[in-house]
Amino acid sequence: MTEIADAFRNGKAFIAFVTCGDPDLGTTESVIKSLAANGADLIELGIPFSDPTAEGPVIQGANERALAGGVTTDTIFDMVVRVRKDVKIPMVFMTYANVVFSYGTERFVKRCAEIGIQGLILPDVPFEEREDFAPACEKEGLSLISMVAPTSADRISMIAKEAKGFVYVVSSLGVTGTRTNISTDVGSITAEIRKNTDVPMAIGFGISGPEQARKMAVHADGVIVGSAIVRLVEKHGRDAAGPIGEFTKSIKDAISDL
Amino acid sequence: MTNPRGRFGIHGGQYIPETLMNAVIELEEAYDHYKDDPEFNAELNSLLNEYAGRPSRLYYAKRMTEDLGGAKIYLKREDLNHTGAHKINNVLGQALLAKKMGKTRLIAETGAGQHGVATATAAALLGMECLVYMGVEDMERQALNVYRMRLLGAEVRGVETGTGTLKDAVSECMREWTSRIDDTHYCLGSVMGPHPFPTIVRDFQAVIGKEIKQQLAEKEGRLPDMLIACVGGGSNAIGTFYDFIKDESVELVGCEAAGRGIDTFETAATINTGKLGIFHGMKSYFCQNEYGQIAPVYSISAGLDYPGIGPEHSWLHDIGRAKYVAITDDEAVEAFEYLSRTEGIIPAIESSHALAYAMKVAPTMDKDKIIVVTVSGRGDKDVAAIARYRGEDIHD
Repeated sequence: MTEIADAFRNGKAFIAFVTCGDPDLGTTESVIKSLAANGADLIELGIPFSDPTAEGPVIQGANERALAGGVTTDTIFDMVVRVRKDVKIPMVFMTYANVVFSYGTERFVKRCAEIGIQGLILPDVPFEEREDFAPACEKEGLSLISMVAPTSADRISMIAKEAKGFVYVVSSLGVTGTRTNISTDVGSITAEIRKNTDVPMAIGFGISGPEQARKMAVHADGVIVGSAIVRLVEKHGRDAAGPIGEFTKSIKDAISDL
Repeated sequence: MTNPRGRFGIHGGQYIPETLMNAVIELEEAYDHYKDDPEFNAELNSLLNEYAGRPSRLYYAKRMTEDLGGAKIYLKREDLNHTGAHKINNVLGQALLAKKMGKTRLIAETGAGQHGVATATAAALLGMECLVYMGVEDMERQALNVYRMRLLGAEVRGVETGTGTLKDAVSECMREWTSRIDDTHYCLGSVMGPHPFPTIVRDFQAVIGKEIKQQLAEKEGRLPDMLIACVGGGSNAIGTFYDFIKDESVELVGCEAAGRGIDTFETAATINTGKLGIFHGMKSYFCQNEYGQIAPVYSISAGLDYPGIGPEHSWLHDIGRAKYVAITDDEAVEAFEYLSRTEGIIPAIESSHALAYAMKVAPTMDKDKIIVVTVSGRGDKDVAAIARYRGEDIHD
């Protein structure tokens, strides 16, 4: 059975993000297959939300395009069922609290388990509010992923001790999106996390390409790339699978010898 | 009424990115420290009295009362405050608190522009930098307030995402705050968002109800029978209600914006049409579709054009302590014109929603009953929009 830990068994993990339904679910299916075939170790599937407050302009745009195209939580579940026949690497959903809550948290999480989703990332649910979602996830065997930010400071140990699946280390202040420079002392954050848990750590927010991925991967067990992939979808539309495959290879090559 | 995690019944909470958690914790600690600090309160009271012009008047609307022929109507004149609305009460409190915390920059969302103007004003007064986010749709509806904010030295940034209204301005503030926390305080304008904002904003607005209680005791020697206030996020309403929650004989009525009607999609009546959800940092009622996507709400009033409501209001609704009614654009515009003609007071289109309900309910009540309506702001900003609504094209 697929589990999140699988993602961290092939050297440094490359975790890829894609917004489901941008510009349609057929494209998302082909992108997922391309990511898996070209070396991605785990895929974060974004369920679009009307008001994604943690996203920068690139992923906001993807959310708007996807919702305008008519995707819903249910059509995304159906797409996962189809793609799961070919794709064996772990997959998690990334979305906002209200998408899960309005569906019915237990019903949502149960459906995730049935279709082969291993975890859930909710950027607007901090440690203090986990109780709304953690019991349902625990019951169905999903990992509710914890996030640590550059401002977490004295909160790191508390968050790390409860972490499941992997710890999502937010590299920078602000929202998602590529950055030319990541100035946070990521190494000291991951060192603090490591003191408190053995759960793998992956660094995300702002990683634009292979060189930055390599720099960040030194400090953790994996890197997460979102906006740079979404931008390729924006640029190539329904033909995005090819360019995204090449991009995936370049990232995995850059971090696999570390 | 708040438990330690900022809950009002099941509502409230802190549903925000981890990046902001230490910022709201720091804010809560600072607020807990200063709220009972005599020096802080003396400074704030001096600003409220000397600068903002408090206490605001409780005015007996004699002609309105006689014309409607029922309950006696008093108007709580928040429109007479400096900057023209109740928003200044909260802003002076938060700006002073932010300054004590060592912050040098205020960011704020605004809908009608009243909270933005109040924040820009406080920033000018206290020598702070100010950035206001405003939906592009609202910038057009409230062009005068955009210029006022710039005149006061604030930067106004248009928000084009989503529906280009208040909710998008709130989202943009949250994004901005995650990118710059050290020197920046998010001066949230209503009793919404993550804890401790609903509590802080309520406490700073509670002055409205405290004054009503005292002023009405002086004039009538008793409590009112009904309090009416408009509700978007709900700050003037909670400010009006808060001191009376324990006085069970006092009926509390919040007036939501029905827009073109609660049976249409063009509405912003959250309690009447929304369902429980999690958004903008809080669990509360929201207008949303079956998949939890936040609805593109509509009201003629930019200040009530928000798909959610503060968590304490949701709780007051749950326990039946307050009643929330929906008022259409048409009814609000009629009330806007009615008060102008009858009392010589041009109310904000937001406040006109509360006045519209008073016009409906007063004639059904006995003459010995007393209603207090909070006129949350003045209507100068709305004159051009109302003229357009009536088919007259005048320039701002």
